Amino acid sequence: MHHFVVPAKVGTHFRPLRCGPHCRDQNPCLLEWHRIARGTPLIELVVLLCLPVLGAAVLAVIGERTYASTVNVAACLLTFLAAIALTARVARDGPMLVLDRQFFIDPFNVFLVALTAFVGLTTAIFSRPYMEIERANGRLSAPRLRLYHSMYQLFNFTMLMALVTNNMGILWVALEAATLTTVLLVSLYRTPASLEAAWKYFILCGVGIAQALFGTILLYFAAERLLGAGGGALLWTELNAVKGQLEPTVLSLAFVFLLVGYGTKVGLVPLHNWLPDAHAEGPTPVSAVLSGLLLNVALYAVVRCKVLVEGSGSSSFARELMMGFGLLSVVVAAFLLSRQKDIKRLFAYSSIEHMGIMTFAFGMGGPVANFAAMLHMTVHSLTKSAIFFTVGHATQQTGTQQIDGIRGLIGTSPMIGWGLALGTLAILGMPPFGIFASEFLILTTAMRDQPWAAPFLLLSLGIAFAAVFSKVQPMVFGESDVRPLSHRPALIPVFVHLLIVLMLGLWIPPYLAEWYRQAARLIG
Amino acid sequence: MTAVPLYAQLINLLAAVLLLLAFAMLSQRRVLSLVNLYAAQGLALAISTGIVAYATAQGHLYWSAGLTLLLKVILLPGILHRLIRRLDVRWELEGLINIPTTMLIGIVIVVFAFNLALPIAQLSNTVTRGTLGIAMASVMLSFLMMITRRKAIPQVVGFLSMENGLFFAATSATYGMPMVVELGIALDVLVGMLILGVFFFQIREQFDSLDLKHLEKLKENE
Repeated sequence: MHHFVVPAKVGTHFRPLRCGPHCRDQNPCLLEWHRIARGTPLIELVVLLCLPVLGAAVLAVIGERTYASTVNVAACLLTFLAAIALTARVARDGPMLVLDRQFFIDPFNVFLVALTAFVGLTTAIFSRPYMEIERANGRLSAPRLRLYHSMYQLFNFTMLMALVTNNMGILWVALEAATLTTVLLVSLYRTPASLEAAWKYFILCGVGIAQALFGTILLYFAAERLLGAGGGALLWTELNAVKGQLEPTVLSLAFVFLLVGYGTKVGLVPLHNWLPDAHAEGPTPVSAVLSGLLLNVALYAVVRCKVLVEGSGSSSFARELMMGFGLLSVVVAAFLLSRQKDIKRLFAYSSIEHMGIMTFAFGMGGPVANFAAMLHMTVHSLTKSAIFFTVGHATQQTGTQQIDGIRGLIGTSPMIGWGLALGTLAILGMPPFGIFASEFLILTTAMRDQPWAAPFLLLSLGIAFAAVFSKVQPMVFGESDVRPLSHRPALIPVFVHLLIVLMLGLWIPPYLAEWYRQAARLIG
Repeated sequence: MTAVPLYAQLINLLAAVLLLLAFAMLSQRRVLSLVNLYAAQGLALAISTGIVAYATAQGHLYWSAGLTLLLKVILLPGILHRLIRRLDVRWELEGLINIPTTMLIGIVIVVFAFNLALPIAQLSNTVTRGTLGIAMASVMLSFLMMITRRKAIPQVVGFLSMENGLFFAATSATYGMPMVVELGIALDVLVGMLILGVFFFQIREQFDSLDLKHLEKLKENE
């Protein structure tokens, strides 16, 4: 093992390349360096972005044939492998700019890329039997499955695109495209309620994201005076380099619009109205990816903007705004939890609560809070999607989403019952699961840095615990009245997710911790 | 007082036209006229972008003006007209608030927008900076239109005209966004419109009407 440093090249913005622990020989690294420095597209990145698009096209052609769902899983698996390869590359070589600075990969977004591709894969595995059962139950016709599979892949593409792009304009385009791909998925069942949910989702997120576009225009306006017109002034890395000289008033105004815009997608109170409806009325795999992926990526966009605004001199403004919105979301969602009667709405409100916690933590800033927020992002999306997997099958068994109608899961299908029970304990922050660790870190940091906020957080977590636990407990235990599923459910993803969450609560692998730490430092 | 160059006068004129059209849309009761007003707004936008392109010799703005013309004057109004014909929805529209009140709220919004835009406009060094307030006002007026209208198509027209206002803000404050971003936005708007078209038919099929009062069932505590 050896370390050597290649001097930074003119015109590129790499950190000096450091040979990683895997390096045995000097030559491959040099070759690698030349490949990147010449601006050759990173093969992993191209594969990562092309696979979902290709998958969508293939699935649109295959249509309703029975192996379509297998192709869907295969496309997600390949995307996941590409994401792993990309992650390995970044872990070894550090942050990098690709394709004429249009793509930027650093520890902050690469961990989300890996998480997104992973949850995308497990949800595809889960949705295979789930959608078969929906079809057997007569809720779906075959042609709609074509739409579902194609849009699922395109949604994955927009998520990955939003993460890896360096251009704030393209980030906006990708997040808007994510709404467009999921709006028809939310209305997949064509029931009156699902159409209403989809319409609400479309209009609210559309208007929200229009605000974000205005924020992006203002950002460009501030940057263009320093960086000149053209493509450079919207590139995050360029903006980040000159953020100290950007006009603070314009940036503050831009951040208000950006936070309101992307915050609508994060589901921050009071912009959260679309979220419970879209989660409750769409098919369960869509609920899982909305909670597990979309909310994270929208929050990622907010954090990227926050870094720029904080650097411009109006330092405390962005932080206070994020902390305020985050805390409001936590408190309001916690109180609304106890009033829910629909199981998917219940967990949708729980998502609002957790996104609020993350927004608050990112708002506080500092290495520990950022670390905890990223850990929370990871464990929340794993746990929440696992919960939606079990809830999906539970509602299929009982034929209702009403909490009162679901009873005694553990008696009839122990795996679903245990999955739901463990997932609920994990999401409520019980030790030894990972959410306990991240919430504990966030709470202790809040007590130290923002003592006024800690009581609100603690109180909300307590209320949320009481509300969710008292509702889920009789669903898992109690007398049962259920019918068997027509296809065997794929429950492996549930337990894989929960196992990872458990592991992250007990022991964070050193490379992952290092990664979070680097990202936390980048965010500042 | 220094003489204002002709192109700047023209742009200011078009900005005023844009604002007037936004008010006209706010007060328009008939859905077909609403779409026509939207097309007119697109035309004003395309011409003003073209003038800015000519005055500042920014090549990419010509492309952007062409794109606006194609998308917002021809394609989107065309799709909307087709939808209206196919769905046969030519009834009169009713707002939540009566029109004079809406107009009064609109005026308050314009004053507010001008005040909000003032500090930014002073920083700008483009020839068109004075119009930023108008752009912001038309965004907010479209927003008002979306809030006060109860039918699906007017809400969508409001959404699209909001995008017009944003686009005008981009041209007047910064000479337009980079081309790749503009293309992406145009693509999103077009795809969004197509999806909405599909969606209208789904709503119609389900409720036999495009009135959004049917879409108010999902509430808390159900």
